[in-house]
Amino acid sequence: MVMQVEFVSPEDILYSGEGTQVTARTRGGGEIAFLTGHEPFIGSLVPCEVRVSEASGDVKRFAVRGGFVSVNGAKVTVLSDAAVPAADVDASAAQADLAEAEAALESDPTDAEARMNVQWANARLAAISTGSGHSADH
Amino acid sequence: MPGGAERILRRRIGSVKNTKKITRAMELIAATRVARAQQRAKAARPYSEQLTGVIENLAAGGADVDHPLLRQVENAERVAFVVCAGDRGLAGPYNSAVVRSAEREIQALRAGGGDYRILAVGKKVNDYFSFRNYTIDSTYGGFTDNPTFEDARAIAQRVRELFDSGDVDQVELIYTEFVSLGTQRAVVRRFLPLEPVSVMAEEGGGDAAALAGFSFEPSSGGVLADLLPRYVEARLFTALLDAAASEHANRQRAMKAATDNAEDLIVKLSRAMNRARQESITTEIMEIVGGAEALGGDSGDEAEAVDLERVLATGNPSAN
Repeated sequence: MVMQVEFVSPEDILYSGEGTQVTARTRGGGEIAFLTGHEPFIGSLVPCEVRVSEASGDVKRFAVRGGFVSVNGAKVTVLSDAAVPAADVDASAAQADLAEAEAALESDPTDAEARMNVQWANARLAAISTGSGHSADH
Repeated sequence: MPGGAERILRRRIGSVKNTKKITRAMELIAATRVARAQQRAKAARPYSEQLTGVIENLAAGGADVDHPLLRQVENAERVAFVVCAGDRGLAGPYNSAVVRSAEREIQALRAGGGDYRILAVGKKVNDYFSFRNYTIDSTYGGFTDNPTFEDARAIAQRVRELFDSGDVDQVELIYTEFVSLGTQRAVVRRFLPLEPVSVMAEEGGGDAAALAGFSFEPSSGGVLADLLPRYVEARLFTALLDAAASEHANRQRAMKAATDNAEDLIVKLSRAMNRARQESITTEIMEIVGGAEALGGDSGDEAEAVDLERVLATGNPSAN
């Protein structure tokens, strides 16, 4: 059994394919994986790496800066205003963003935007990191 | 001097022909851009449809929470106007239609003692209102013919700042709706506060089958709080894309009219030029014939001696 998986950004549909498993992180819920037959679900995402295991066995990885995941029957939709396929992630830019955001967070630990930027940079780095795909910041 | 009028007309025809080439090129460019803008508007649709879908599901789940973006104010007196038109002219009534309906709204508000803010999207909007000494809150431009989501986001952020801080009670969005290739109209739409969630869901007209019992994480209220700002951005982006498609469609039409006009003008000027040329030739012949007759009359018996052929060749028998 496969699920229809779609990544929808405001400008177009980034990815559309069939997958057997989708992993993401929701706000408050931590990492969550969807298999076929998951109950209808709508979750608000934190910046994270989203992995789609395709029917062929390939794993497609994306970095997502927040958004939503909606699961309905055999269809998983990720709505995000910023989603980048792992192949398009610029590692050095993500590193630089991470350093900058961490510095900002250090000077003001309540800076919500800096916290968000740290997560977003980590999400991008996680998407390109080799290994099991679990990002180091969890 | 015979021939003078003809030369002037010939020069005018030349310049009209050049103008026609330019307007024709602009028409063709606008035509391809309309197609592309429509394509982009179509590509952007799934996102806002999906967002609306989530709202429908939230409404079905009974989430009607208190959110700043839903804060309704009775008799809104401080209103922000997001006026979306173009950076460039030569688009027929496109810019003026939007700007005029914006000015009408602002005048009506001021007549009622209200206070306005203008967020000018497009250089032409800024030019119009700053020339008339309106205070402009912020101005955006350089992207109206091809807006990106980031552009929409920048504007949405300012709109939310104004609304969240309570500086304005209401936000109106004025842009040109792209109904079809042949019809676009300037519209004034309520942008903020958003309608209650249940109304939004109803207007979305979604499929009832999707309203199965969803579970939400972190909670239906939490999802809604994350979702509404994005909904605002998506709506603004949709409006910008509509406006861009409308701008190109208007420009295409305006340039087609200009090209047709130039063609008419060329025909008219060519006729006038031909007439002028014919007239100058006729005048010349009349002068020659008149001159010849005058000579003939003067010299009496020698009239036959006038060599008509020579006269015609030189045009001035007395010069011999």
